[in-house]
Amino acid sequence: MTTIPAGVQKSALSQLIAAFTHQKVLAFASLIVLLIGFSIASPNFMQTSNMISILQATSVNGVLAIAVTLVIITGGIDLSVGTMMTFCAVITGVVLTYAGLPLIFGVAAALLTGALCGFCSGSFVAKMKIPPFIATLGMMLILKGLSLVISGTRPIYFNDTPGFSEISLGSVIGQVIPSVPIPNGVLILFIVAAITAYILNRTVLGRYCFALGSNEESVRLSGVNTDRWKIAIYALAGSIVGIAGLLIASRLNSAQPALGLGYELEAIAAVVIGGTSLSGGRGSILGSLIGALIMAVLTNGLRVLSVAQEWQTVVTGAIIILAVYADMMRRQKAA
Amino acid sequence: MTFLVEMKGIEKRFPGVHALRSVQFNLRAGEVHALMGENGAGKSTLMKIISGIYGRDGGEMFVDGKPVAPDSPRAAQALGIGIIHQELSLMNDLTAAQNVLIGREPRMRFGRLDEAALNRKAAEIFASLNLAMDPRTLVSTQTIARQQLIEIAKALSYNPRVLIMDEPTAALNDVEISELFTVIKKLKADGVGIVYISHRMDEIKRIADRVTILRDGAYIDTLDATTTPLATIIQLMVGREVTQNAAVIPDTSQNPVALEVRNLSRGKAVRNVSFDLRKGEILGFAGLMGAGRTEVARIIFGADPRDAGEILVGGQPVDIRSPYEAVLSGIGYLSEDRKHFGLAVDMSVRANIAMANMARFTSPLGVLNEAGMKQTAVEYIDRLGIRTPSDMQDVRLLSGGNQQKVVIAKWLLRDCDVLIFDEPTRGIDVGAKSEIYALLEDLAAQGRAIIVISSEMPEVMRLSHRIAVMCEGRLTGILPGGAATTQEQIMKLATQRETAPTPTKTNAEDRV
Repeated sequence: MTTIPAGVQKSALSQLIAAFTHQKVLAFASLIVLLIGFSIASPNFMQTSNMISILQATSVNGVLAIAVTLVIITGGIDLSVGTMMTFCAVITGVVLTYAGLPLIFGVAAALLTGALCGFCSGSFVAKMKIPPFIATLGMMLILKGLSLVISGTRPIYFNDTPGFSEISLGSVIGQVIPSVPIPNGVLILFIVAAITAYILNRTVLGRYCFALGSNEESVRLSGVNTDRWKIAIYALAGSIVGIAGLLIASRLNSAQPALGLGYELEAIAAVVIGGTSLSGGRGSILGSLIGALIMAVLTNGLRVLSVAQEWQTVVTGAIIILAVYADMMRRQKAA
Repeated sequence: MTFLVEMKGIEKRFPGVHALRSVQFNLRAGEVHALMGENGAGKSTLMKIISGIYGRDGGEMFVDGKPVAPDSPRAAQALGIGIIHQELSLMNDLTAAQNVLIGREPRMRFGRLDEAALNRKAAEIFASLNLAMDPRTLVSTQTIARQQLIEIAKALSYNPRVLIMDEPTAALNDVEISELFTVIKKLKADGVGIVYISHRMDEIKRIADRVTILRDGAYIDTLDATTTPLATIIQLMVGREVTQNAAVIPDTSQNPVALEVRNLSRGKAVRNVSFDLRKGEILGFAGLMGAGRTEVARIIFGADPRDAGEILVGGQPVDIRSPYEAVLSGIGYLSEDRKHFGLAVDMSVRANIAMANMARFTSPLGVLNEAGMKQTAVEYIDRLGIRTPSDMQDVRLLSGGNQQKVVIAKWLLRDCDVLIFDEPTRGIDVGAKSEIYALLEDLAAQGRAIIVISSEMPEVMRLSHRIAVMCEGRLTGILPGGAATTQEQIMKLATQRETAPTPTKTNAEDRV
């Protein structure tokens, strides 16, 4: 670059690259490349059953990623989504198995528990002015502990609630079109994604997500009750986490109280790969969805290729760093 | 004679904007060359190209007659070009010396820092500027004016031959400006070429040798600053004649009182401030930097808590604890610091205009009415003459004056009864200034009650129906507006301290 007078030449190529390095496009292209690469490497990869199992594996992490995307766009972070998911599952177990109430109460309990947890995190952040990292770190530990206390450290099984496992594993689509047995869990993921994307882009709540992440003080001085909106965003994210809790409990047919830790980091990784800025103000649900898919495809593909589990983790880590690096380069060019 | 710096045919484009069109500029050693133009004329862009922050899209640049293309601030520094930015870029948690010599810290063996040498070197630089400043002072404890001087010391520590000053006086009071000019004259005598950007016309006469005028990204002319009348310069800047009407003061004494403030106090910043504001009235707030004017406004608006005092809106006592409650009571506040407090700069013009008015564009289920927002945004872009390619343009890509208009649009839409404008024309050019003045007068004529806080004396006198003057947190007096009041009367109140000033006091504080 030093030999060319700075900026004098701007080739069509660099403009093309600029257009294509939009992170969402980049993430989507990476996903396609991964899919093609794995299907060349292994004939088993592109089987319908394998595709469905990838989608199934995406569902929980995908829903968590959607939840945490909302919070990250406000400029915050939520480290508690993993253990919050477990906590919601445990409460659902209490309602369905211990209290023996009908299924619908279990679903409601999961959503409300998540919303309540999010309300607490949001209040710590907005009212008590605790940095989101610390507030949700605290919530993460509190919820992990509460899950173990309430369940007596033992899994709660849903054998007495017929239909509970259908939430994730059944297939409404498969009943109509038998050749496409897409599980309900995947369907729910896409419905949650569509609704959240709508909220983010078309409602006042979504607008304030971006505005808070862009310049919170300016929003406050516009006469907006920023505290209340922030709490609402955390609560909405919480209730989405509640859905993830239902999905995982349904898939395992049990609430596993020791599970959960580590899920938050996977979700944040998916969000970051999808191009949402950790400094807030920009991001998208579609991006996070693609991010979650990339992670699931990687894990699945490497397993199909018989790469050891340990190495899969290494690859995932490298992908995160690469994804964020690509995003940084793009933004430097744009500046 | 070869110029110190010469630029020819400079081109620069940004997304949606042709920022510079074949611009020329040259600088001699030992001169102050003022660069003038309205906001968005391309002054800052040109200076960023000289100082290596932006690359250029075309044209030539010479230093000492040799072609150069600085591609980074470091490369520009190597050419002897230093820049002092419009916004301070100091590290608040480091000391003055650490800031001045950042990146060039004297070291001892094994990479240990030599703090003694660091402070000594910085002290030498401060001494050369006749600046009484302890090198160990934390930057965050200093006033904006003194931070500015640290910034200048930092630029000078590179021994530049070219020094670019982008609105160095925007945050300074008259005494501080005089100090700065003394420094500039000394640099000039040393043969440094200085490029000087400012919106304060009187400064051009006081300090500049030549003046180059840009308009809408194009070169207009270079003139002798001492012999060219200011009116000519202004006319060239705006491309038309600007008339400055004196304030016409309507009789508002019979209007109902919109806002009453009684014994407002907050720590040392605001002490026992009381005043009334009637509908249709423009109340100016004059005073030096740090007199407590912004603090009063922020308390009324609920942005900061108050220790004591009461506020009545339309005769009713209100307990405002947040900006949200202030807006519900019909009070709006336009901050002095647009970028940090007024706008979400990464969002569109449309989103920013709608920001304080979301309820208006929201269905009962919280769904946004984008079409309605677009219509309103386009309407205000038109009405206020906001220069933007579209209502979806990111606000950060607009010039300062146009950003300010976006803030004003936001609050006009909100339809508040009481509007507080804090430095409404800071960093805004002459043409846009008179537009904003006309707008404020219009609002008052419609019956809004308006407070204008301004550090520019002519602005306060031009606009105000009454002038409230503050000093050190106290309201020292309220003067009538218009021709009845002189600048001297205002200054007297603005410097009316409670105790006689002790000349050594500020120095003693600096050494803490």
